[in-house]
Amino acid sequence: MTVDNHIGTPPAKRRLSPWLAGMFLCLALVVVASASLASGYLDIGVADIAGLFRSKAIGSPVLLDEAAAVTIWEVRLPRILTALVCGAALALSGAVFQGLLLNPLADPYTLGVSSGAAFGASGTVILGLLFPGAALFAEPWAMTLGAFAAASLTLAAVILLAQDADRRLSPTNLILAGVILSAILSAAISFVKYLAGDQVESIVFWLLGSFQARTWADAGVIIVFFIPALFVSLWSAVDLNIMTMGARAAETLGVNTKRVRLSLLAAVSLAAAAAVSVSGVIGFVGLIVPHLVRILAGPDHRSLLPLSALGGALLLSLADMAVRSWLPGEIPVGVLTALLAGPAFLVIFRKRMAGRDNG
Amino acid sequence: MDERQSTGPRLSVRDVRFKHGPQLVLDSVTLDFAPGRHYAVLGPNGAGKSTLLDLLSRLARPASGSILVEGRNISEYTPGGLARLVSLAPQECRLDFPFTIREVARMGRRPYLGRWGCLDVEDERAVERAIAGLHLGSIADKPVTALSGGERRRAVVARTVAQDAPIMLLDEPTSGLDVAQALSVMALMKRFAGEGRLVVTVSHDLDLAAAFCHEAVFLKAGRVAAAGPIGECFTPDILAAVYDAEAAVRPDPFLGGLSASFRPRKAENGS
Repeated sequence: MTVDNHIGTPPAKRRLSPWLAGMFLCLALVVVASASLASGYLDIGVADIAGLFRSKAIGSPVLLDEAAAVTIWEVRLPRILTALVCGAALALSGAVFQGLLLNPLADPYTLGVSSGAAFGASGTVILGLLFPGAALFAEPWAMTLGAFAAASLTLAAVILLAQDADRRLSPTNLILAGVILSAILSAAISFVKYLAGDQVESIVFWLLGSFQARTWADAGVIIVFFIPALFVSLWSAVDLNIMTMGARAAETLGVNTKRVRLSLLAAVSLAAAAAVSVSGVIGFVGLIVPHLVRILAGPDHRSLLPLSALGGALLLSLADMAVRSWLPGEIPVGVLTALLAGPAFLVIFRKRMAGRDNG
Repeated sequence: MDERQSTGPRLSVRDVRFKHGPQLVLDSVTLDFAPGRHYAVLGPNGAGKSTLLDLLSRLARPASGSILVEGRNISEYTPGGLARLVSLAPQECRLDFPFTIREVARMGRRPYLGRWGCLDVEDERAVERAIAGLHLGSIADKPVTALSGGERRRAVVARTVAQDAPIMLLDEPTSGLDVAQALSVMALMKRFAGEGRLVVTVSHDLDLAAAFCHEAVFLKAGRVAAAGPIGECFTPDILAAVYDAEAAVRPDPFLGGLSASFRPRKAENGS
């Protein structure tokens, strides 16, 4: 039995240095974001964009013409930033969920966050139909707010349902509670779609996931939830390493598993809920990015978590640039990621299984 | 037992009961464990051996009675404080993520480390000593997901050894190991006891226990059936009562302990 044949779990000496991987990802992210900023319907040169940034920074008058400046500053920049931070949040929470639930198939949606958000968003559309007079439901941010509220409530319900008599949270119970609630919510969403009638299109489009017409407010929402999630999960990275050996082992090593699990669940789930509520349902980013990072740079969460966040940011900004500039007719980005990352995940999964069998 | 001169920590179990749901798993268990001794916890399946280790490492709390570590109630310790005193090699341990053996052993240093988990020279020395003690040096950089059952078992024991606690609890550390590995693990534990630590090993292998342990604790159906030095409680009567079979005990000069053999009980009085 040689380890070198064991696909998916290379020996330590063949792992990439986390610093090298991090620098590469940062560089790639800067390149993609700049390219994305310069591409689109209006042809605006990189030099002009740099000029705009410089004049915004030092407060000098903007030399670029009005339409181009607005396109960059109010359309492309918030959209790119939203996509980037959403990708980072989804991949970070995927990595944390996989470690916490001891399940490589876990992702931000395992605990019902996406179903909750989808139900909240579609519920907002219905409320708008039921109360045509209420301005609240017509606001552009109403769907975001509804999605976020419902996602957070779903998560709280999952945690409450999964607690056993000793108020402990086992990974299995969490996954089961998440699956059950997701199933109920999916049925509720179908019912809401049926109720929506002609309005069903806006619900379906939201569910597909897109960064079209995202504003600075959307970018703000996801950034506000992503930053604390990043800090909380880095704070617990060492304990998370130990908790992958099971809660019992972790407790005999002095880890307060209950506190770590609850704080991590809360922080990354809220970040995932925020991501879903500003972008809709974008699948597979939270699943595949941590897997790839683990294969390339090892399972240590101290490097896995920041590298996953960078990888997720890169993947989603690339995907959004593709649907925005290269592909015809603005395919929803959630469709693209599912179509590309789904089969890729299948390949990794099959290779891992092959590795297990003869390893 | 109280006259024994020793400086290390001791462990006492006072009239402990433990229930799992409605079922009484341990009942009125009173035991004293002294430093410098290697204890074997023996008994049939379901006797409460693993539960006893859970209670001694605070993975479970007794329904009544108390457990004292160095004279203080176990519930008074902080998680980190207890982890510096008591280590446990559990029988089951998840190793689903491709950490290397060395990384797993390093996790044993968690009770001594800061938030970012950086090891100093002394930590690294303890890790390397543990890896060498379990003869894992040549495969220390292999991911644990690619190991055989016996190698995984030894990786978990290496993590426990790296924890370097004065009280070591091991739940069947030799299960799944081949003969040479099992002998070397038991010899290592005996050596740790010789250094003044308190080592408690749950085992199914009576001959290994008799050769490498100083004391035996026999559990049966949640109660202490017998406890004392190996020479005193490895008797045919006690073994027969604990294991429900006819037993014979012979000295084993080859391994340097005792050898027990069993045969089924003859049918008694029409039963």
